[in-house]
Amino acid sequence: MNSEIRKSIIAAAWFSLLSFPLIVLKVDYIEKTIDLRWNNLIFIAVGTFFVSYVWRYFLRRGEKSRQEETAVGIAIDQKKRPSVDSPTQKILTQLSNLTQSKPLIAILLVMIVAFPLGSSTYQTSIIISTMMYIVLGLGLNIVVGMAGLLDLGYGAFYLIGAYAYALLNLNYGFGFWISLPIAGMLAATFGVLLGIPVLRLRGDYLAIVTLGFHEIVRLVVENWDEVLHGPSGIPNIPKPGFFGLKLGFNGSTVYLYYITVVIMVIAIIVIRRLHISRVGRAWMALREDEVACQAMGIDTTKTKLTAFALGAFWAGIVGVIFAAKSSFVNPASFTFYESAMILSIVVLGGAGSIRGVILATLILILLPEYMRFLKEYRMLLFGALWVTMMVFRPQGMISDARHKYELNPEPDGNENKS
Amino acid sequence: MTGTYDILSYFLELFSSGLTRGSIYALLALGYTLVYGVIGLINFAHGEVYMVGAFIGLIVAGIMSIMDYNILAILFVTLTFAMIYAAAYGFTIEKVAYKPLRQAPRLAALISAIGMSIFLREYVILAQTPDFVSFPALIPKPAFLLAIKNYLEPTEVLIILSSLTIMVLLLILIKRTKVGKAMRSISQDREMALLLGINVNKTISMTFMLGSVLAAFAAILIAAHIGQINYNIGFIVGIKSFTAAVLGGIGSIRGALLGGLVLGLTESFATGYFSSDYEDVFAFSILILILIFKPSGLIGTVATEKV
Amino acid sequence: MKTVLQTDKIGKNFGGLRALDAVDLNIQEGEIVALIGPNGAGKTTLFNCITGMHEPTDGKVNIIPPGKGKTCVNGFKPNIITELGLARTFQNIRLFSKMTVLENVMVGCHCRNKNTFLEAIIKGPRFKREEKQTLAHSLDLLETFGLVDFAQQMAENLPYADQRRLEIARALATDPFLLLLDEPAAGMNPNETNALDQLILKIRTEKKISILLIEHDMKLVMRISDRIFVMNQGKNIADGSPQEIRNNETVIHAYLGEE
Repeated sequence: MNSEIRKSIIAAAWFSLLSFPLIVLKVDYIEKTIDLRWNNLIFIAVGTFFVSYVWRYFLRRGEKSRQEETAVGIAIDQKKRPSVDSPTQKILTQLSNLTQSKPLIAILLVMIVAFPLGSSTYQTSIIISTMMYIVLGLGLNIVVGMAGLLDLGYGAFYLIGAYAYALLNLNYGFGFWISLPIAGMLAATFGVLLGIPVLRLRGDYLAIVTLGFHEIVRLVVENWDEVLHGPSGIPNIPKPGFFGLKLGFNGSTVYLYYITVVIMVIAIIVIRRLHISRVGRAWMALREDEVACQAMGIDTTKTKLTAFALGAFWAGIVGVIFAAKSSFVNPASFTFYESAMILSIVVLGGAGSIRGVILATLILILLPEYMRFLKEYRMLLFGALWVTMMVFRPQGMISDARHKYELNPEPDGNENKS
Repeated sequence: MTGTYDILSYFLELFSSGLTRGSIYALLALGYTLVYGVIGLINFAHGEVYMVGAFIGLIVAGIMSIMDYNILAILFVTLTFAMIYAAAYGFTIEKVAYKPLRQAPRLAALISAIGMSIFLREYVILAQTPDFVSFPALIPKPAFLLAIKNYLEPTEVLIILSSLTIMVLLLILIKRTKVGKAMRSISQDREMALLLGINVNKTISMTFMLGSVLAAFAAILIAAHIGQINYNIGFIVGIKSFTAAVLGGIGSIRGALLGGLVLGLTESFATGYFSSDYEDVFAFSILILILIFKPSGLIGTVATEKV
Repeated sequence: MKTVLQTDKIGKNFGGLRALDAVDLNIQEGEIVALIGPNGAGKTTLFNCITGMHEPTDGKVNIIPPGKGKTCVNGFKPNIITELGLARTFQNIRLFSKMTVLENVMVGCHCRNKNTFLEAIIKGPRFKREEKQTLAHSLDLLETFGLVDFAQQMAENLPYADQRRLEIARALATDPFLLLLDEPAAGMNPNETNALDQLILKIRTEKKISILLIEHDMKLVMRISDRIFVMNQGKNIADGSPQEIRNNETVIHAYLGEE
């Protein structure tokens, strides 16, 4: 028998044994019942057999290509090393090149603009969510992808934005448009407040502290009934009005849809410009090597705080959209899972890549919406996805395809290709 | 006089519940510290191993209590099963999520660890239940402890004593045995350990299994004491135990014990004398403050980067 | 001749270890000074103290930027010192490996530009002007270093010798008056080392930059340096022209040990 198949059978047996008590048995010792769910075991056994086979196949292939790469590197040390692209890499590159084609972008824009006209309010609402996550992903991408600061507490800024609108509206009667910039600025301020104490922390410690920050913010909201309304949340948050006109539920959703489109487009443009600017390069230098970055005369403190602030700003903005869209906020909407979801988008898309974020959001948010059976398993698959991505493709779907600066600058208009 | 008595007994109550929490934190903190010592990674999924251990225990204890076994037998078998299974989970988690990433940047390993943690939580939700379930009270109340029950909760005393025992056993294991020596040498210098013929892979696996065993032990004790579990118990306890490990100085075994007890006691007194609403906020704030002002912990040194 | 760098009896302790002890080092304008000494002599520590990566335990590091007064930079952050006009490379190459060669150099220009992120967002006039200058200047530097063909390559894909050269180019992009090179020829073959000679001399003459370099390749040191500064066990044991150093008893003793 093929040794790979044998190994896969062993793996399947091992995982069946491992998952047997939890998957098959369900015991209620008070009612004195024991449920036996053998069909689950069959599913696990067959599933792990295939997964294990494919898993080890790719693991071997990864190892082989790494060895070849080193061999190539030594052989032609003096020459420019050719970039060895795998087929997947090629497909992804082609796919991402497609997004540069102007007609395609135009068609896409028309489709986005026309979408609510032929769709139900429900569909429109799903697309609003998707676009919100695109902006959240882009914002977190500044912090994690560009500046390399692993932030597990991004959801806290999202919460701050949503609550800012809810409270401003409840207490002072502020509207959507005034609250929008205030919430963005407030979230950015909190970003700096979080940033200052964690300046010296790196990597995993930073991750844990930001996670702690998220939990603190959420728990404070949950427990501070008098001011923040506790676990029950704040209801009746209005949607933006259209020049004083009262829109119906459907109408206001469509209006919110267009607002979100505009905000998303602005976010994409702004973050793209930042990416290829002086501060964007400083972020990436910080990510690559903090010591060398500082030796280049870059103020790492300021660079980090800018990243935290500009990242948090977008979370605050999207928070306002969230509050308006669901007309209700409570702390349960902003658990660690929310942060995890947004980070999944960045990780899957490829740290630092704007196109990657958009592609990943479409896959992670839209796919489960339309494939109902996926929804229940969504978080399970997310977890598995994180591990798989890190093991096989830590750079994400679209590895940060570096911006190619035009080498012979024409007067003006020299940085339009990304 | 009753006033003084009440104050004293309230204090004792808080003290013993603080020590109980503290020993649970210490048991888990040991898991974090051992793994960190050997591969320099925060094993984010450690809290989930604790949670899975509790659920395995629930199933074993449930079946046995339906079959009307003696309570001591149930406790013994439950502990054994939970610990064996937790070890198997710890072993597998390392093989799947960490081993392929040993040469990768630490951030990649951390993300993979968080992914594993999310996966295990969802796995338990889907396979068992997203709700709280009650856990049978398995811890006996022996006669000699009933004598002091006016002052101290007997189950708590048992938890503290048994945790201390198992921690002492662990210390002996690390000091005296070959595996313990291998673990210590790898944490000093992995390359060198490799050259000296120490089986690094095996030792890392052993470390994960050891940590998981301690976690499952803690999980069963505390589940039987509190009387209910759900898929989320690992997350909070995990973060707090990590706090304990950092408080003591991550990588240091004595530090983990000390950190666990200090955190447990302060938490217990703070919630007992002030307010319990902010119990978790309190623990997280401690974590953040230590990491910012004394990242090396109570015992331990900071590693500086060579330029 | 004008002095550009002057250390005044600087010392550095690491715990109980005295890594530097009362080191006085002066560098004149346009001078190439080599810093040599056996391993562990404290050469890199001296670099780190000058560039602000470590703060000296005692003594003073003074720099005198051309046309400006003497500044004591003790306790200054590395980025401030770079802004004042000191640039360095690292012994173990520290490029931004996942950025292109061109971007690496552009990062070097960071501290000479002033545009803020707001200007980048609205593409303000200063942003446009500075970006254009940065690009042109960076390409110029790459041209000088023969790296212009690799401009769009990832820095990590460059051959070893080119990575060393790129590090120098990146340091020059910060527009320094004093350049500190930590073992620039390490790992290069003789041809590459020769090319490096020419490059260092060219930097000095064309850009009017003083250079302080740590180097173990004695041939290179003897060929290019105006003056050699020898260290052993944290102390300065000799300071003079290549000719003088070659015949210095103490230096020979330090290098060859008891004979």
